[in-house]
Amino acid sequence: MTFINYAAREINCKIVYYGPGLGGKTTNLKWIYGKSNPTSRGKLISLATETDRTLFFDFLPLDLGTIRGFKTRFHLYTVPGQVFYDASRKLILKGVDGVVFVADSQAARMEANLESLKNLRSNLRDQGYELGKIPYVLQLNKRDTASAVPVEEMKRQLVMRDEPVFEAVAQSGAGVFDTLKSIARMVLGELRKTA
Amino acid sequence: MPTSDIVLHEEDFHLIRDLIQKLRNDANARVICLVDRNGQQIACVGEAEALDMTSLASLAAGNVAATDSLARLIGEKDFSSLYHEGEKDNLHLSMIGEKIILVVIFDERSSLGLVRLRVKKHAGELSAALERMQQKSMKAKSGKMSASPFTDITDEDIDSLFGN
Repeated sequence: MTFINYAAREINCKIVYYGPGLGGKTTNLKWIYGKSNPTSRGKLISLATETDRTLFFDFLPLDLGTIRGFKTRFHLYTVPGQVFYDASRKLILKGVDGVVFVADSQAARMEANLESLKNLRSNLRDQGYELGKIPYVLQLNKRDTASAVPVEEMKRQLVMRDEPVFEAVAQSGAGVFDTLKSIARMVLGELRKTA
Repeated sequence: MPTSDIVLHEEDFHLIRDLIQKLRNDANARVICLVDRNGQQIACVGEAEALDMTSLASLAAGNVAATDSLARLIGEKDFSSLYHEGEKDNLHLSMIGEKIILVVIFDERSSLGLVRLRVKKHAGELSAALERMQQKSMKAKSGKMSASPFTDITDEDIDSLFGN
């Protein structure tokens, strides 16, 4: 749900990073935070457990620049990936404008990817969205791991529609900004359609 | 999209700001802020410079969403207001209508009783103003209002954000 503020001349959009536990959603946000100009980013808020597992969400507000005199602000959220935090995941999807699915490339995590994707589809539906219709990008993370499943095989199992797919190593930043730019483009494109 | 976008026009913004300023004076509050359920800040008055209001808005919305779910688990529809007590500053959250959260931050210059009383008193007027704002947003979306500045965004406009 985009928020257009004529008084402050701002457009605010919400992007959610979704995916299985330990897949690198928080790492994506940390990289973006670390590489963004301090004047264009807000604080990175992490509601995490003592062992750094996301408990409720991570949140990073980011200004991308000005478009037609309006400041474009993106609110980036991650969901907790662990299966038993489903109630929290549902809450975070409220009012979402675009979703990035961060898949874990390790062979042993393929099943977790599929389960999380199924969970995303069902939670989106609960909020009245269709995975086939909202801005959506697939990121294949951890491409540097020894047991990484071949890209073509991952695409065969995880691609849901005509979504852009990016290979990434979030730890070192590879593919992180390409993913963000792609989803931001789609969300702003949607604004043109719905405006 | 299941929920309509929020469009806040300048005249509504000033009206809403005036209303929460009035509430701030009446309640002796430090800061008053309106946040939508998805965590977007709508308007804010008071000593907010030292506070990270973007994070506050997002966390307040998360807090309300989580406690709403808790309420439903014990058979309540929702909890109409939440109160967090600190050593010096306190936080009072309440719903205005279905979609907007009113955040009041207050210290020893006020009290929970006064805040609750004043919030109750001003809620009707605020709710009516926010309702008008939401109706305008919906009209704008259905094309009855003047054209939005975003209908003709080009791919170049979007690319320019990323410096390529």
